[in-house]
Amino acid sequence: MSTQRIKTAILGTGNIGSDLMLKILRQPDALDLVLMAGIDPNSAGLARARDLGVPGSPEGIEAVLADPEIGLVFDATSAYAHRETAPQLEEAGKRVIDLTPAAIGPYIVPLVNQSAHADATNVNLITCGGQATIPIVHAVSRVTPVAYAEIVSTVASASAGPGTRQNIDEFTFTTARGLEVLGGAASGKALIILNPADPPILMRNTVYVLPQGEFDEGAVTTSIERMVTDLQAYVPGYRMKGAPVFDDTTAPIGGGRMITVLLEVEGAGDFLPPYAGNLDIMTASAWRVGQEIATTLLNPTSKESA
Amino acid sequence: MKAPRITDSSLRDGSHPMRHQYTIEQVKSVAGALDDAGVPVVEVSHGDGLGGSSLQYGFSAVSEMELIAAAREACTQARIAVLLLPGVGTKPLLKEAVDRGAQIVRIATQCTEADVSEQHFAMAKELGLEAIGFLMMAHMRPPEEIAEQAALMEGYGADCVYVVDSAGAMLPADVTARVAALKNRISCQVGYHAHNNLGLAIGNSLAAIEAGAEQIDGCLRGLGAGSGNAPTEVLAAVMTKMGMAEAPDAFKLCDAAEYVLAPMMPFQPIPNRDAITIGYAGVYSTFLLHAQKAGQKFNIDPRDILVELGRRKAMAGQEDWIIDVAQDLALARDKSTAS
Repeated sequence: MSTQRIKTAILGTGNIGSDLMLKILRQPDALDLVLMAGIDPNSAGLARARDLGVPGSPEGIEAVLADPEIGLVFDATSAYAHRETAPQLEEAGKRVIDLTPAAIGPYIVPLVNQSAHADATNVNLITCGGQATIPIVHAVSRVTPVAYAEIVSTVASASAGPGTRQNIDEFTFTTARGLEVLGGAASGKALIILNPADPPILMRNTVYVLPQGEFDEGAVTTSIERMVTDLQAYVPGYRMKGAPVFDDTTAPIGGGRMITVLLEVEGAGDFLPPYAGNLDIMTASAWRVGQEIATTLLNPTSKESA
Repeated sequence: MKAPRITDSSLRDGSHPMRHQYTIEQVKSVAGALDDAGVPVVEVSHGDGLGGSSLQYGFSAVSEMELIAAAREACTQARIAVLLLPGVGTKPLLKEAVDRGAQIVRIATQCTEADVSEQHFAMAKELGLEAIGFLMMAHMRPPEEIAEQAALMEGYGADCVYVVDSAGAMLPADVTARVAALKNRISCQVGYHAHNNLGLAIGNSLAAIEAGAEQIDGCLRGLGAGSGNAPTEVLAAVMTKMGMAEAPDAFKLCDAAEYVLAPMMPFQPIPNRDAITIGYAGVYSTFLLHAQKAGQKFNIDPRDILVELGRRKAMAGQEDWIIDVAQDLALARDKSTAS
């Protein structure tokens, strides 16, 4: 394996940026983290970066643009902020992995379409709820056509930072669209609930799927179980609670049977404690996509996955 | 003393026991009767607010946008309110509701999560709406914490903030303490929304009024989630008997309750064994019918499901946890009978 690495920056020093920083430091592979850029000189995130030996800057996007050697940028700010900075990053020729629900570039879910946009200048990771649930809907739609998919993500209040809170509408739109584009549902809907219980709850997701017509329940269960196992390769704390539940339904969409899948995501505890599985699945997906893009940049002719 | 402003939620909270099957004709007749009796605000939307039509909460028979338009058409003096829960409802839906006739938005968050509502208050103010904050499950936190969250909503532009007893779990002293804390902390109006799970909806509403609440919610016949809300016709009769000026016409509301709403009700919500459990365990009133359905599917007593949901500190809108709990309880039962 080449010792060459791509100079990488993280924009945003909140919960997600900090968790991603720890993941990259733990296993850098093709990424060389050279900058954590925030906008508050006194932020805990910048102090943490300095303590860990990662150069930090309170100059935000300006600091990223000032270093022409930075080839890859993870944006962990907010949808509002990313809409402003995305054109500047593109103009500067930097590859961007967007962790906000701004959804400017094509959507990526590692197990669904990891390599589909290897050359896109800006790719979007949808939302934490999307990363947790779209693979399940995709697991159904690869077996039988899906008329409607609906997901409910419940996250601990303590794991939802100001970016998530100010972007709650964007979370629902972007996740719903992801259920359609990558999940394969003709129509998608997403709900998010914050739960303030103390001690904090693990991230929970419920996936409801209405297939188009009759379908083979055994084949659906097998496909979902396979997807869960594959996902556990990069998010070890991802679990299905029980087995998929099949019910008759009078819903005005689909073929009269519904599938319910209950998911729990325990985080690796890199930055926030294990209850924040929502952070973990987002940053684990970002790490994986980052490795693939960096590898492509290092070996422009090879399309091998990281 | 002037009567507090009554918002009737028969066409919103009442949508839960109606299983979201209201028709345009039903909405027109209920809204028209409330308007005629002098009720100043009529709330219309899916029970879980704009965008609530879903597998999680139940699909609406008729689009809530059609129902909002029908209610607006049926009212001459009453103003139309809609409910919006950030995370379920969105700004585009609010815009559409306003285009169809909504004049007031009530923005509902868990009592600890007011800061998810900032963008929705901003839009409401931009659209020139009256904007009301709705702090749900307010029994779960002490009065000072609820008041801090209310202050956030006031800062975002709220014209009034409600203490919402979503679980019908409060005793009169709990209501007094929370309404008083809000009155001390914020300068906009304060409201109170009761559920009758412990049989205290009217008593708690009176406690709120005595503590200074300027807005109170009711539903005809108490038609709402769990064992329902404070009956609007009883609120009007009590307010009139207390000598409050400008209360809606109690006799007209009694007729509306008896002859207009009651015939369309699938059942009369009362504090029965499951609904009392909701108030006792402090869980979301809307869980009632969902817990009964899950209890049937997994052959578990709904009361056990509701108590366990309370233990897990389920919040408003977490209907998906009901299946989860029922599945866990069924598994535990099967394990214990097997061993």
